[in-house]
Amino acid sequence: MTQQLDVNRVSVRFGDFTAVDSASITLNKGEIGCLLGPSGCGKTTLLRAIAGFQTINEGQISVRGRVLSTPDMQVSPEQRRVGMVFQDFALFPHLNVSANVGFGLRHLQRRERESRVRRLLKMVSLDDYAGAWPHELSGGQQQRVALARALAPGPEILLLDEPFSSLDSELRTQLASEVRDLLKADGVTAILVTHDQHEAFAMADQVSLLHDGHIDQTDVPYNLYHRPANAFVAQFIGGGSLIDVTVNADGELNDRLGVLDMKSRSFAPGQQLRLLIRPDDIEYDESSAIQLRVVERAFRGANFLYELLLPDGQHVPCLAPSHIAADKGSLLPVRFNLQHVVIFNGEHQVFT
Amino acid sequence: MLATSLVIALPVLVIIGSLFGGYSPAWEHLIDTVLGDYVVNSVLLMLGVGAGTLLLGVSAAWLTAMCEFPGRRFFSWALLLPMAMPAYIIAYTYTGMLDYAGPVQSLLRDTFGWGYGDYWFPEIRSLGGAVCMLSLVLYPYTYLLVRVAFQEQSTAVLEASRSLGKTLPATFFRVALPLARPAIAAGVSLALMETLADYGTVSYFGVSAFTTGIFRTWYGLGELQTAAQLAAFLMLFVFMLFILERQSRRRLRFYRTGTRQPPRRIALCGWRAVTAVGLASAILVSGFLLPASQLAIWVLQDPARAAQPAFLALAGNSFLLAAIAAACCLLLALFLGYGKRLFPGFAQTTANGVVSMGYAVPGTVIAVGVLIPFAWFDNVVDSWLRETLGVSSGLLLSGTLGALVFAYVVRFLSVSLQTVESGLARIRPSIDESARSLGYPPLSLLRRIHIPMLRGSLLTALLLVFVDVLKELPTTLILRPFNFNTLAVRAHELASDERLADAALPALAIVLIGLLPVILLTRNMASDNAAS
Repeated sequence: MTQQLDVNRVSVRFGDFTAVDSASITLNKGEIGCLLGPSGCGKTTLLRAIAGFQTINEGQISVRGRVLSTPDMQVSPEQRRVGMVFQDFALFPHLNVSANVGFGLRHLQRRERESRVRRLLKMVSLDDYAGAWPHELSGGQQQRVALARALAPGPEILLLDEPFSSLDSELRTQLASEVRDLLKADGVTAILVTHDQHEAFAMADQVSLLHDGHIDQTDVPYNLYHRPANAFVAQFIGGGSLIDVTVNADGELNDRLGVLDMKSRSFAPGQQLRLLIRPDDIEYDESSAIQLRVVERAFRGANFLYELLLPDGQHVPCLAPSHIAADKGSLLPVRFNLQHVVIFNGEHQVFT
Repeated sequence: MLATSLVIALPVLVIIGSLFGGYSPAWEHLIDTVLGDYVVNSVLLMLGVGAGTLLLGVSAAWLTAMCEFPGRRFFSWALLLPMAMPAYIIAYTYTGMLDYAGPVQSLLRDTFGWGYGDYWFPEIRSLGGAVCMLSLVLYPYTYLLVRVAFQEQSTAVLEASRSLGKTLPATFFRVALPLARPAIAAGVSLALMETLADYGTVSYFGVSAFTTGIFRTWYGLGELQTAAQLAAFLMLFVFMLFILERQSRRRLRFYRTGTRQPPRRIALCGWRAVTAVGLASAILVSGFLLPASQLAIWVLQDPARAAQPAFLALAGNSFLLAAIAAACCLLLALFLGYGKRLFPGFAQTTANGVVSMGYAVPGTVIAVGVLIPFAWFDNVVDSWLRETLGVSSGLLLSGTLGALVFAYVVRFLSVSLQTVESGLARIRPSIDESARSLGYPPLSLLRRIHIPMLRGSLLTALLLVFVDVLKELPTTLILRPFNFNTLAVRAHELASDERLADAALPALAIVLIGLLPVILLTRNMASDNAAS
């Protein structure tokens, strides 16, 4: 596999503020990456640096071995062969759909340009809208025009800046997987920026989680959830609570939650560790002897999300079926299902 | 870009610089005789026009924004019409109607059998008359801004006040009016800048104000340096207003009240509705309909004049000059506005800020400020040519159309710059970025994306400057080439010679063209209302 994008230890600073701190990403041809993180984590800054709208202070960005950015040198955006889909789509309001899509194809002969525009519109199923104006289209259609426009010149990498954020939330995940199929079918290398993990998981092969300008973990979606590199990743992906536990005299974790199956791995007695409790790690069981007090509850339709009080005062989440309606302050019988639990020693995960 | 804005700022810098130059003996003469009058009259004018525009503007705004009465929709745009009427034109018109030989006094004499001296009639050609004339045409500045401020006040705030036990009038004075204060201050200071810049009205009414003083010092005493120093003192007043206006506009943001709801207007009925209609009609009639009809009547007495070559030549001169100035302003505004967008930075922002001060500077001041450096340049070139080649170059810049156009650009560039900048601001940066990532360098971006998208703003900028130049009197009067006349200059000259009926044709032409930007403004207002 050939390496398409190489972002090598890139930092971007605004005055004293470090927006991106020594971030590295590599993508192979046809791979879809994702920069995921809360707002202000530097993900958009990094994307703009790849697009050439942002200078970098350290590191190097190259695409297919061609260096595009170093602290001393910047290839201008128009010469990068990098396509970009903007958050607000940025369609040109004075041009119709096919002129928008053909905008980046001025080097082509007219006939060639027209046939390429037709092919792209067909690809995003908008062939009936070639003559329409941007304002006549729905949000989802505008988004597809923006995608077709960005893909038209055959960019070496496609950048998508929160491309679904202005669409209805029900549409997002569906569109994300549609766009993924489209890009995969065309063998496009792409990077998506989003703060929505469902979007990220639906679209990307590998996800880089950013936090305060730092890439905390780059991995496949499954591992981000099940093998989070640190507490931030654990809590950002999937939610849950971190609770303190102490290793007992036998080297087992047995702290009010029952003895955990540590698969022959033992800890030093008295060691302080932290357990990540996901909402589905604690199940409702009416026959259970363990009863925890309900601190808070939220009805989610298909289920209840409870917040329960442990005897030592720590809180844990619990997902219960929607017909189990326990009042605040009452006791809920639960069973712990902690066989795949994630354990942290300080900030870092202890792999079990 | 910085160089461009320095050139634009040159006249003002020259004026300010004159303060540090020598003071001629003419100053003692001025101080002994007329300087006191200039200051007192200018201050009185400002106080009077300030009060007048406040009263007319705020009441018109309150009625059309917050009340419902028959004809409200009509009045909300029609009350802008007086903007089309330059103050010097309304002044001649009212003089024609109200002086001794005019229709009003003649009618009184015929009805009551009075003769000369039997009765008292207010003298229109006075300071009070000037205040009335200026207030009648300048209140729309206050009206426009205050109306928007009232509309943006959340109905909930006013209802909260009433539910807390305040009566409607108390709510108006204790809540609505204080909330609109920044808008009122901004509107009144704009009106006052125009008042200070006015030359036509005060000179016609024989009121000694700063602008007439500058003229007299330059034409009567031939003291250019002293005229410049007088202009510098005028600038001090203007500068204070300018600061006031800027600060008020900045404060406007803090006075926004929560989310906007469509205002629930207070329905007026019975005598209240009659009063509202009466008040709005009175403002509209006296500020526009009456003087415009009088002009039309004078013109219709001899309609053939409109086709005469003398008038056509005047109109041609005016249009040509206005078109050239508008095109120059537009090109420079595009250059400056686009430069700031491409390279945002301290230097560009400062440059554009300097340029945007132009609208505050009175035309008289700019004219004197252009005259001095151009005359200096002509003299230097001339004496150098005499010494080296033995020929005289005469006047190269002074008294040419070039000098006049330059002065217009200095005064009105801010108008087109503001329009272009606000148009550019509406184009999101992502549009630029997407075009660039599709392979377009910055310059073709301007051609392919910005100019097509800005077409509306560019036309507006052209139109606004075109009309402003057409109406501009003092700059043209001072800087025009010998025997070169425009509509405004000719109307002023004829009126000054008491040939009011003859002045009506060029004056009416100016008013009709002045309607164009007002129409534009009302269209914007209508679309704003539709959007809300």
